[in-house]
Amino acid sequence: MIFLLLKRFIHGLIVLWAVATLTFTLLRLAPGGPFDSERKLPPEILANLEAKYHLNEPLTEQYLRYLAGIARGDLGPSYKYLDRGVTEIIADTLPTSALLGGLAIVFALGISFPIGLCAAYYRDSLIDRFCLFVATLGISLPNFILGALLIWAVALQLGWLQAGRWDDWSSAILPTITLGAAPAAYLAALLRSSLVETFGEDFVRTARAKGLKESAVIAKHALANSLIPVLTVMGPLIATLLTGSFVVEYVFAIPGMGRFFITAVTDRDYPLIMGVTLVYTAILVGANFLVDILYGYIDPRIRSE
Amino acid sequence: MASELTPPQRSVNHLLPFCAGFLLIIVLAAICAPWFSSYAVGGFEEKRLLEPPSSAHWMGTDGLGRDLLTRVLYGARVSITVGLGTALIALLIGTTYGLIAGFKGGNWDHGMMRIVDLFYGLPDMLIFILLSLVFGRNIGGLLVALGLVSWVRFARIARGQVLQAREFLFVESAYALGASRRRIVVHHILPNIIGPIIVTLTYSIPSAILAESTLSFIGIGINDPYSAWGTSWGTLVQDGYRAMRSYPHIIAFPAAAIFLTILSLNILGNGLRDILDPKQR
Repeated sequence: MIFLLLKRFIHGLIVLWAVATLTFTLLRLAPGGPFDSERKLPPEILANLEAKYHLNEPLTEQYLRYLAGIARGDLGPSYKYLDRGVTEIIADTLPTSALLGGLAIVFALGISFPIGLCAAYYRDSLIDRFCLFVATLGISLPNFILGALLIWAVALQLGWLQAGRWDDWSSAILPTITLGAAPAAYLAALLRSSLVETFGEDFVRTARAKGLKESAVIAKHALANSLIPVLTVMGPLIATLLTGSFVVEYVFAIPGMGRFFITAVTDRDYPLIMGVTLVYTAILVGANFLVDILYGYIDPRIRSE
Repeated sequence: MASELTPPQRSVNHLLPFCAGFLLIIVLAAICAPWFSSYAVGGFEEKRLLEPPSSAHWMGTDGLGRDLLTRVLYGARVSITVGLGTALIALLIGTTYGLIAGFKGGNWDHGMMRIVDLFYGLPDMLIFILLSLVFGRNIGGLLVALGLVSWVRFARIARGQVLQAREFLFVESAYALGASRRRIVVHHILPNIIGPIIVTLTYSIPSAILAESTLSFIGIGINDPYSAWGTSWGTLVQDGYRAMRSYPHIIAFPAAAIFLTILSLNILGNGLRDILDPKQR
């Protein structure tokens, strides 16, 4: 197990390096530079700016400087925010995004389990069909449309909540629903199909035959065995939440990392784009690592391998 | 499309005809937009700003007095082109890559699939944004960027299917009979893997449409206001979003167009999967 985790850890580091290299290459290939503006800068100023950010050095040197910076935890200066480095910007905005992402995961798990269980238990009934239809709707509704719809209905028409603020708990409700809806729909559908399979297994029949209470059959036998598929999709699910977060932060004007990422793309603030990309990758790699550990706890067969 | 979530199992079958009908209308709108509408796509009327839906303007007009129906019809061009174009590019790259990996086997296969895994693990939207910085914000660049993101799904499916198909007895007998590699791929392997690939194709169309409209909504997608291609639905939703408080009709129509198109394609995909790939049910 420890050997496996070590292997995974090294694999994660390789992924991070590959992503750093890929982003570096892509952004050097991109046409147009950060200092292109409506008014052309005089060549002397441009040369000075390039010297300041080491853009006049050979590419290999820039690349090595960048990698060395990452190793020290220094993601370089931002071209746009002159008073703050990329590391600082990320440190300021990451907690907000992480809070939103965490709330969305809790929301998605919280509503998908009862729905998936209900649909699987009453398989092929009207309830099942209804749940499935809602799940299809949930997966097909883009998050920016859901966000706009919620703001229009809940904030503007009903006036229950205020949109566009990020100061107390009530301001997190609508963004959490918007970000968590698609993962919830997806998880519910996944749980349903995995539970339908488990309910057909011999050990569930045995559990019922020996007179176990129905609630115990569900909790101890059916649900416990359906956790593996849920865990398997946790990685992609977190990736979806990460990209979903730029949109949701944009719609609800939340000062998180995703919002800074979008402005960085518009401003061509390359160091900030590279920094945020790396942090996203690190989060994903970390999440997958955690999932691997959890696998071992949930499924003893994997631990012994 | 790495992190892309595929829609749930089992279809809502009795909705299939409606979905197919709706998609047909959207495709027709994309092709015949100029004949459906009597207004020019860029034409605006100064005295008819922000009008609600009426008999003259079925979806009302926007902040510049442009007919919204016309803009939504032209927007279908962007979405349909992006959806189909991306899916085809991804199909070509991904299937070829997967076939080669599956056939070469051994170290080749291992190395090639490592690259696929790398792409598969990253959020597509992230790669997509990075690529679109390189290829530019026009429809051609967008197609290349999206295609380069979504090919991994096809590569995985194609490779998996090839590995399975190679074990079939009839493939082995074809080898024994001295058939060329090309003949085996074209006559024996491809027909057997076409089902899952078509299903993947149907799912990649809505993901591409979703990705394009999302990027256009946040203002980093197609940004080409004067092209004959019209404006992306995502941009229309963005325009409407700003005026949502007082003029909700401007956001309602393009948003509904995106939602219904993606929904129809997902339901159609589920239906096709049930027909072509009954094992997965």
